[in-house]
Order: sequence, then structure tokens, then C-alpha cells
Amino acid sequence: MSRTDSASLGRRDFLRLSLLGGGGLVLATQIDFLGDAQAATVSVASPAGDAAALNAFVRIAADGTVSIAAHTPECGQGVRTSLPMLVAEELEVDWESIQVEVVPLDAAYGAQFAGGSTAMPRCYTPLRQMGATARIMLVGAAAARWNVPAAECHAASGRVIHTASGKSFAYGELATEAAQRPVPAAKDVPLKPASEFRIIGRRITGVDNAAIVTGKPLFGIDQTLPGMLHASYEKCPVFGGRVVSANLAEVKALPGVRDAFIIEGTKDIRGLVPGVAVIADSTWAAFSARRKLRVKWDEGPHANDSWAGFLEQAQAAGTAKPGQTLRQDGAVADTLAAATASRRVEAVYSYPFISHANLEPQNCTAWFHDGIMELWAPSQRPSGGQDLIHETLGLPKDKIRVHITRMGGGFGRRLSSDFMVEAAAIAQRVNAPVKLTWTREDDLRHDHYRPGGVHFMKGAVDANGALAAWHDHFVTFGNDGRPGSGGSLSPDEFPARFVPHYQAEMTVINCGIPMGPWRSPGSCVFAFVFQCFIDELAHAAGRDPLDFRLALLGDRGMVTTPGERPNGYDAARMRGVVSLAAEKAGWGSPLPRGRGRGIAFHFSHRGYFANVAEVTVSPAGALKVDRVVIVGDVGSQIVNPSGADNQVEGSVLDGLSAAYQELDLERGRIVQSNFHEYPLLRITDAPRVEVHYRLTDNPPTGLGEPALPPVAPAIANAVFAATGKRIRSLPFSRTDLRWS
Amino acid sequence: MTFTLLINGQSRTVEAPADTPLLWILRDHLNLVGTKYGCGMGVCGACTVHINGVPLRSCQMPVSTAAGVRITTIEGLSDDGSHPLQQAWIEQDVAQCGYCQSGQIMTAAALLAANPAPSDGDIDNAMAGNLCRCATYLRIRSGIHRAAELAAAKGGAA
Repeated sequence: MSRTDSASLGRRDFLRLSLLGGGGLVLATQIDFLGDAQAATVSVASPAGDAAALNAFVRIAADGTVSIAAHTPECGQGVRTSLPMLVAEELEVDWESIQVEVVPLDAAYGAQFAGGSTAMPRCYTPLRQMGATARIMLVGAAAARWNVPAAECHAASGRVIHTASGKSFAYGELATEAAQRPVPAAKDVPLKPASEFRIIGRRITGVDNAAIVTGKPLFGIDQTLPGMLHASYEKCPVFGGRVVSANLAEVKALPGVRDAFIIEGTKDIRGLVPGVAVIADSTWAAFSARRKLRVKWDEGPHANDSWAGFLEQAQAAGTAKPGQTLRQDGAVADTLAAATASRRVEAVYSYPFISHANLEPQNCTAWFHDGIMELWAPSQRPSGGQDLIHETLGLPKDKIRVHITRMGGGFGRRLSSDFMVEAAAIAQRVNAPVKLTWTREDDLRHDHYRPGGVHFMKGAVDANGALAAWHDHFVTFGNDGRPGSGGSLSPDEFPARFVPHYQAEMTVINCGIPMGPWRSPGSCVFAFVFQCFIDELAHAAGRDPLDFRLALLGDRGMVTTPGERPNGYDAARMRGVVSLAAEKAGWGSPLPRGRGRGIAFHFSHRGYFANVAEVTVSPAGALKVDRVVIVGDVGSQIVNPSGADNQVEGSVLDGLSAAYQELDLERGRIVQSNFHEYPLLRITDAPRVEVHYRLTDNPPTGLGEPALPPVAPAIANAVFAATGKRIRSLPFSRTDLRWS
Repeated sequence: MTFTLLINGQSRTVEAPADTPLLWILRDHLNLVGTKYGCGMGVCGACTVHINGVPLRSCQMPVSTAAGVRITTIEGLSDDGSHPLQQAWIEQDVAQCGYCQSGQIMTAAALLAANPAPSDGDIDNAMAGNLCRCATYLRIRSGIHRAAELAAAKGGAA
């Protein structure tokens, strides 16, 4: 296997059939990628059809080279490897023999985004059908040459073989004829049973690994173009602020500076934010000149906002009056009032805003030429950038071309397109290709943050030790009265539907802070609050936290909500992972004082995950996570075990890392500026992680997100087991864990 | 100003202001983009290069101090990706996004040069300055152990 970018690949080798005049096979297919693999269908058009509607995942050159398209943006989740594996499996080629070709944004490929752990559920069936369809056409071409029924032939390792005689053709010999054959309908394409998989299920290493370890240009920030200039962009430290004036003449006179100008921007705090652009010969010249920039800002209405102030507002909102009802089942108030004090728990949980902190700062290269805006973007959703540039700058969409680069981390940050529209707005005024590079400080202070939140929790258990009542007044943050991205609570979020008396209400505090999806949005914080509070209720019931949880899940199977919401929750699958995690971790075996075990589970992004954390807390209060045992149920098949383990291990450590992160807001400004003030997990604090999967007869789903949410609560519950100290807020470091 | 630098065994001449960090000389002037910008203040390790064999943060080293020293970047760690760490990183599938990994490998290469069979503790001590946002730390540990084995099998130090 080797890897190419379409931009650098000799296009002459892989031009589309219609242009090549019969030199190779282009399997052109229009795929309808719907939200769910089970609903996805493939309709196949002939290569001679409308080129704009065509889709080409498989190309076979006359020399036999098989090329498989990698169409989904890669941010470390492994899709440049795992998705082409699906095609290769059914195509019957050896993985080592193929080329993976990274392709640009093109409607022909259907949806091209990295978000919501959706790539695998969206693509698992359609991409296998792509490979299978091509194989059938190749087999048909060989059978025609031999004048035998196709059923007498089979394909293996890039050849079609006449089974009885053993004679064979290589795919390259058949490509031209295969391309002339009718394209079978997707419903007629048989897919292999899992027992016959030769590629799916194998540990296959990343297609970019060799380029990564030798420092080849791969990432957005590595882009270079002839005559390229470099840009840096200063925005108001207060969200929503605008430029009044700047010492542009002075800055333009600095060494290496080509230009400096104000960009008016829009009012959209996640769009083209107003600022001052500095264009220079090098990144350093641009950064240096920016330090000499003096901007007079109109700081706007949020210049007095602070996190401390928001917490006061939240306290008032959470205790003074009810919020907007999200869900109400049974009689919560009566049940709480009737419970004896020992069976009733009240607690306030909170968590701060945090940043995505991609190690590759936001950047984008743009070149406005011949009426075309051409971009090289490390984007999880390049079409979103295209849309935003179209809406903001008025360029026609078909004049906005996006090359998808590898990303130095995504985590949801690069679903936003602010950095793309900034680069485009700058490029419109620069007569050369220009690379916009954010400083680390820009990145931390102009993120689209994971919203903070406060939960005023009340709960009660009944005389049998079962969870009887649950009340959550969730105080969240939003812009213009609506919760920010990742700041809204589903009325079906667990334990809704599992508690007879359940009530959730919400109050939104308005702020000017831009918010965006952060790896497992909502879930990444709700699991902390709810799985810790469930632990508190287990202790109020005098029951083991594992037993209490299993009883809460009960003996139910798929729990659905009547009506429109498709939020099914399969309690049996969750019991499966909870039980297996407890078993693998040795739940219940004794630990010395100062050590403890905690358990938590969470369902999100179609994945069921449970984990047990083991911690040591010193009498001085130093917390060390020793071991995390995590079990996931993401369906019947782990497509690439190497990539899968990497995602789950990374999610566990990211969950631990995030539990120590916090941003502060003062005078409308993010206080932290760089990693010295915003520490991320380092190798010295990385615990042992043991990953297990429970395979169940369900469609394979994604692993970018669902392993993260249960991590922080398992650790916090383990701390309680070790010390009797209950952590109710993030970051963990805010809780005094000393014990004696 | 003009500076002559010794990078990956080659003499390179660049024209740049004296305060330009070596990081940006490598990336913008010489198109050696394997060395990454992460923080610009020496706390993330993504820009790690070897200066006379010692792993240092190129974002903290003005070009004016880089003349007359031996500079090795990820591109010069081996001619063909054959360094045991590069081989182990591929084999163990260490990377997720991959952005920090050239810095990780450069730091690890200096560790293995000094300590051909490091313990987990040795690895943690040596690697503590290199952030991995994807948190591939467990595979970084196992990758270094594997590279040590590969180097030992080849009969030489890494």
C-alpha cells in the first residue's frame, strides 16, 4: 500500500475514463450516504453519465495499479486507512498492493466531513458495495473473454481466476473492458460474510505513517506554494469587539511586511471576526510585526463578563426559580419531599469552559486567482468553509475550491470554518497565495469553546434501594438565548426513561463566548455529572455502585421514546459492557486505604462504553490514576483493531486530561494564553489503559468519541472510594483531596 | 542578515533577521516542515531538533545562535526512514494525528543514543516535555521499547 495526494499524483495515471478514452476503469458511482449505514443505499451511474454527479472511489490503471479514494478528512481518527480498507476488502485486492489517494472536496464523493463519529456507520456498507461492484464488473469482463459464466470465476489478490482451470487475468488487463460493462445495482451486490474478511478486522497501520515519521509535508500548516506570503490576524481580545483604528502605516513600514489592513468582518462570532491582518514574507515577520500593532478596539457589550460573574449568575438562576422544562415524568417534587433525609441527595456540579487545543494551530492557505478562491484547509468540514466563504464574501460556491489536508488534531474545533473565511478574506486583498497561521495564543483565546455549565441536582432512592427520583436544573451558556453547541441537554439523556420520577429543566445564561462541539459534545460533561450523582445515590441507598447501576438498567432491552425522537437506548448492550468492565477490572476485590475503584458508563455516538478506574490518592491529596479498564460495544465488527485501540486509549487519556483543564474569563477576555497556563496531560501522568470490545450483532459504529465521556466520572468515583472525598466540579484540581 | 547553518549534514545559507527562531528558518526559509510549530515558547516539544546531538526547542533558538552547530531535523534523522524509532513508530502505529510525532521521535532518539534500553520511568522522564494532544503516550512508550529492541537486534545503538 502506498499513499498519494491527488494534487501531487501524476494525474495522467488516473484521469477519469471519460477523459482517458478507455485506458482504465473508473468505477463511477453515486452514493447516497444517509445518516445510518442501514439506511444507506448505493445507486450506480455509468461513467458516461453526468460527470458532476459521478463518484469514483476505485480506479484501476492499465498498468494494474489500484487506487482507492480517501474522501473523509483525517484528523487522527484513522479514516484514511479504515475507510479504504472497506473498499479493498470487497474488491479482493491485497492491501499492500493498493494506493490510497487523498481526494479534494467534490460533491461526487457525497458527504466529506469528520464529525460525530459518523464515518464508519455512514460508510461501512456503501464503501464495501463500491468495492464489490467493481469486483463484479472485473469478473464479468474476464468471464466474457473466456466465454464462460461469471459464476465459474472468482477474484483474489487483484486477479480474476477461472476456478476450474486456474487461468487468470490481472485486474489491469481487464480494466478497460470492465469499464464498458453494465454497472450492477447495489441490491444485487452480495457482500462477504465477516468470516471471509481478509482485510477488515486486521491490524493495519496508518497510510500516512511513513510520511509522518520522516517529516514530509502533510498538514495544513505545511502547505507551500510558489510566491506564497504569510499572514497573521489580530482579533479583539473581547468576543464581539470591533476594530476602531490601528497604526497600519507604522506596521507596513516594518521589515518583511508587505501589507496590513483592517477587515471589517461580520457580527457572527463564529464567522469572519473583525480584525487586523498583517501580510509578510515569513511567518516570523508577520508575528513580529503584529507585536508592534496598536489597535483601538470597540470592545462591545461583553467587556465586563467574567467566569466568576457567570458562576454567581448560575447560582442565582439555579436556586431562585425553575428553568425551562425539558422533561417531566411522574411526581418528582412529591417523591423528593417524601424521602427520608438519608435517602435524599442534593448536590451542585459544575465544569468550566475548555479549549480544543489542537496541537496544530488553526491555519489555512488561500489563493485568489482567476476568479477562483482556492484553499488548502485542515478542516473537519470543508463544505462548511465553502458555505461560510460564499455567504460572507459573496463568491459563488463553484468558485471556491478546497483541498483537504491532514489535520494536527480535530476534536470538533475544525468543524468550525472561521479560519477558512479569514484566510479567504485576506487572500482577496493579496495578489499572491497566502498562508494564515494563528499563534498559539490566538488559538487558545479565539476557540469555539466547550461550554461550561452548572447542574443543581436532587435525587432520592426508595426503601428498596432503587433510584426513585431525579431532578436536574441545568444552567448552561448560550448566545441570544439558545444554548451553545454542546450546551443543550436531550430530554432522553440517561437516566431519563429509567427513573419513574424524573425532571430536567434548563436555564440559559447569555454570553458572548463562541462555543462549538468538543469531542463527544454534551456527553463529555453530562456523563461526569450524572454518573457521579448516580454514585452518590448508590451510597445513599447503601448499595454497591455496580449493583446499583445494574439494577437501574434493569432487565430492559431497547428503550425508545414514542414519537419522533430516534434516541433508542439499548439497556442490554449497556449491561453487557458494564458487567464485562467490572469483571475485567476485578471489581470488588479489596484495595488498601488510599486506593479505590470507580465505575461509570455512558452511551453516545451509537457506542456503549463502561469503564473502571483505579486510583491512588496520597494523604497529601495527590491523585494518581493507576489503571483504566474500558469496554466498548460498537457493534459486530472492529474494522481496524490498531486504529480502534488507538482511539479508545486516546479517548481515555483525553478524558483524564480534560478533567484537569479550565479556562478563566476576566473583563471579557480568556485569561490563559499558552500551554504553560493551560496544561495538557503529559506522558508522566498517563495510566495503564486496558481496552476490550464486546461484539454484538449490531451495525459497526464509530470510535472517535464514545469512549471519552465515562472516564472522568469513573476516576472521580474511584477517588470517593479511596478517600470519601466527592469531586463535584471540574477541574479535579479544585477539590481538596487530602485525607488522614 | 546572512547565516550559514549546518543542517542534516549540509551547509545552508539563509537571509533572515537575527532574532528569527530556528523553527521558522527551517519551515519558511528551507521548507523543512517536519519540525512543527505548537506553542512558540518551548513548552510543547513539537519543534524539537538536535543541536550537536542534544534535543532542543528550535522555537527558542534565534538563528544568530545556530551558526557553527550541528543541526539535525526529523528529515535528517535517517536517509530513508530506517532509524529504529521511525521503523518502530510505523510498525506500532503510534501516531493518531501525527503532528507532534517528529518532535517525539527527535526527543526519543536522543534518549536512545544515551540509554539504549530505557525503562518506562526513563522514558517518562525523557519524554515529559513533549505534548501529544491525541495522547498517544502509551504507544510512544511501547514504540521506544520496540525501537530499542530493533536497534539491539541490528547490533548497534539507535
